[in-house]
Amino acid sequence: MTAETVVFVIFALAALAGALTMVTARNPVYSAMGLLTTMFSIAVFFVLNDAHFVAAVHVLIYAGAVMTLFLFVIMLIGVDKAEDIRESIPFQRPMAVVLGAGLFVLVLVAGRASWVTGTRAVEEGGALGTIENVADELFGVWLLPFEATVLLLTIAAVGTIALAQFLDKPRELAAAREAEIAPGHEDEERAE
Amino acid sequence: MTVTAGWYMALAASLFTIGAAGLLLRRNALVMFMSIELMLNSVNLTFVAAGRELGVLEGQLSVLFVMVVAAAEVTVGLAIIVAVFRNRATASVDELTGLRG
Repeated sequence: MTAETVVFVIFALAALAGALTMVTARNPVYSAMGLLTTMFSIAVFFVLNDAHFVAAVHVLIYAGAVMTLFLFVIMLIGVDKAEDIRESIPFQRPMAVVLGAGLFVLVLVAGRASWVTGTRAVEEGGALGTIENVADELFGVWLLPFEATVLLLTIAAVGTIALAQFLDKPRELAAAREAEIAPGHEDEERAE
Repeated sequence: MTVTAGWYMALAASLFTIGAAGLLLRRNALVMFMSIELMLNSVNLTFVAAGRELGVLEGQLSVLFVMVVAAAEVTVGLAIIVAVFRNRATASVDELTGLRG
């Protein structure tokens, strides 16, 4: 048992426990915490695989930004504890479990069938994923895709602002329609 | 007993399956969204493990690009969820039947 094995086992169990918590927890906040555990475990696996810079970015983006955003939204729209248990589609949940197990088997089989069996390449001079190496590759060979991601992020930001901006118009329309249907409703609003 | 890339692949397969099952099992749009994030992250794990096994850096660069796409997706997706919630006052996908034919 090497040290890597011990670390792998510990954090693999943590990752699986976190993932299962995320799926099974009734409260979305617990789900977010489970996902956070999994994210940290995956960051540890990145470090084990010499991807130090990616691990740092992973913690910053996922634990720092994405999960905070998730928690903000959960708090914003309220913790919806009363999630529906009744089935809207018959046998959907049992089928989901069966299909999930089938997918697991298929992924494992596919992984066994096509996995490359070459020996590990000799690493020249320490870890592969240092900031220097990543930057050389990212800003050299992959510069154009990198610029494309800039465009993508800009579009996403503009789209989000647009979604928030134009949100009030349909609400006003709906309120006006409600007021037409029920004239008494308007008086109530004025009284408030 | 050393950790080979196959271990990471098996772990990533488990995490991906749990994410897929969560997407199918849950009705809360937020938790479904988290399941998608979990699936993306398990694929990231395979990228990094395979990149180390083959001794190339491209695996880690793929992870960076996946992260950017995931961040953009989270931003827009959560904005849509908030917008839907403000209009319909629910985060359960069962209630959202506006596109039903």
